[in-house]
Amino acid sequence: MSGLLINLDNSFRDRLWKNTIVAIPYLWLLLFFLAPFLIVLKISLADPIVAQPPFTPLFQESENGSFSIFTTFDNYLYLFQDSLYFITYLSSVKLAFISTILALLIGYPIAYGIARSPQPTRNILLLMVVIPFWISFLLRVYAWMGILKTKGLLNGFLLWIGIIDQPLELLYTDTAVYIGMIYSYLPFMILPLYANLEKLDVRLLEAASDLGAKRWEVFKDVTLPLSVPGIIAGCCLMFIPAIGEYVIPALLGGADTLMIGRVLFDEFFLNRDWPVASAVAIVLVLLLVLPIVYFQKKQNEEPLTES
Amino acid sequence: MNQRSTFIFSMLCFGFAFLYIPILLVIIYSFNDSRLVTVWGGWSIRWYIELLNNENILNAALLSFRIAAISATVATIFGTMAGLILARLRAFKGRLLFTGMIAAPLVMPEVITGLALLLFFVSLQNLIGWPSQRGMNTITIAHITFSMAYVAVIIQSRLTEINESLEEAALDLGARPARVIWDITLPIILPAMVSGWLLAFTLSLDDLVISSFVSGPGATTLPMLIFSKVRLGIAPDINALATILILLVTIGVGIAGWIMHRQKQSKTIS
Repeated sequence: MSGLLINLDNSFRDRLWKNTIVAIPYLWLLLFFLAPFLIVLKISLADPIVAQPPFTPLFQESENGSFSIFTTFDNYLYLFQDSLYFITYLSSVKLAFISTILALLIGYPIAYGIARSPQPTRNILLLMVVIPFWISFLLRVYAWMGILKTKGLLNGFLLWIGIIDQPLELLYTDTAVYIGMIYSYLPFMILPLYANLEKLDVRLLEAASDLGAKRWEVFKDVTLPLSVPGIIAGCCLMFIPAIGEYVIPALLGGADTLMIGRVLFDEFFLNRDWPVASAVAIVLVLLLVLPIVYFQKKQNEEPLTES
Repeated sequence: MNQRSTFIFSMLCFGFAFLYIPILLVIIYSFNDSRLVTVWGGWSIRWYIELLNNENILNAALLSFRIAAISATVATIFGTMAGLILARLRAFKGRLLFTGMIAAPLVMPEVITGLALLLFFVSLQNLIGWPSQRGMNTITIAHITFSMAYVAVIIQSRLTEINESLEEAALDLGARPARVIWDITLPIILPAMVSGWLLAFTLSLDDLVISSFVSGPGATTLPMLIFSKVRLGIAPDINALATILILLVTIGVGIAGWIMHRQKQSKTIS
């Protein structure tokens, strides 16, 4: 197997060409992706001061002309001392986790239904799952504000059919955040599940029921285990962005809806405490990246142990 | 069989109702004459007229579309290069770091990417005086950075799907690698590049959080404007704006779906 770009070292011209293709995106990402993170790391180790920019420099020239490095772990200590941050992390994980599970419960039968539909209908249903995904996230969250308001459409409807006689307090509560999360991320859950369930070999299901398995048993013992990769993919696709979500808690959540993305945003723009905001960001990155690295490592190890 | 089908069917109905009722309500209420957004006051198109006369919204929309067009185009070029590297260049110095930098923007919370880029731009300004002002250029750079990762993933998965034998044959017949990429690889991945461009365009048009961080005074994108209005409560002209955007997206997705459907059909026939 010779890759197109591998054996290019025949001539100077080919080498130059290859290096250009590699260099352009590489340098761009180094400059605008990696460097910013190193700066966040640096600022998280600085002291806040009232100035522009509002933090102490990492390197400081002392009187005799030598440079010394000023670092402080105060911002991190502050995060661990102030229980607000700990509670916020837990609360973000809880909100993201529960909405992911609920979205899985709603999305699984939908994905299953689409995968089992006859061909022309299947494509149309799939397209209908994809369309909301292309419509602005912000506008879709906004759509729920009108529905969930105290004098909104849902309360009006429930009052009208007589289920409740007092309007429910929905907007600006955690319930609204759950609804918003499930609504916004449902396509992310359905698509990987569909991709998995569509590939499922129907003959396996037939074999199971020929051998006397009840419908529930066929699902539990054949379909469900085979769709685990789809479930994991869908849950990851939803859970990871949901943890850092800002728009949904800001628009639908109440003042007591603690989510880390929102706290970070406020710490930065309202309190203007850049070092603490940077420390919050670094901890959040570690919380997100470590499980992903762990999972990938585990996945890479699995084939070895099997074989 | 029937019992299960009923359950699946009702879940499908519930699911699509859940997905579409909020959107339909926004569309219906955009034609509401009443200023009270949840009280029906008869049909009217006054919010559309108000929208067209609102210079702030039009300027913000124009800025957003310009940023989206530029960043999607650059992101498609860079992302295609990156995808080509990931799929066709198996070993080179620093490949691990490169893969990491392509994967990271996909899982990074927007708040963190935005914060990091802003701190970077501020430090850079202190250091070398550029960017002297944050605004359209900094937003465009930020959007290129995160959307090129999405394009790269699309291109990479398309390239691993297709057989390398065409490219190898051309190389064996003495074509220069640059020629092979230009004449063979690019035409094959063109559809993937188009979907990558569309995705990058939509991501850029949609982005609120990263833009809010890296923008400066005077540069307000459409999502930033919508957010600042919607934060205070429901605004009827935003309903009208939403309806127009929804209509554009639906038409776009519909056309794309139809073209793909026809391509598939012509492939199965031939």
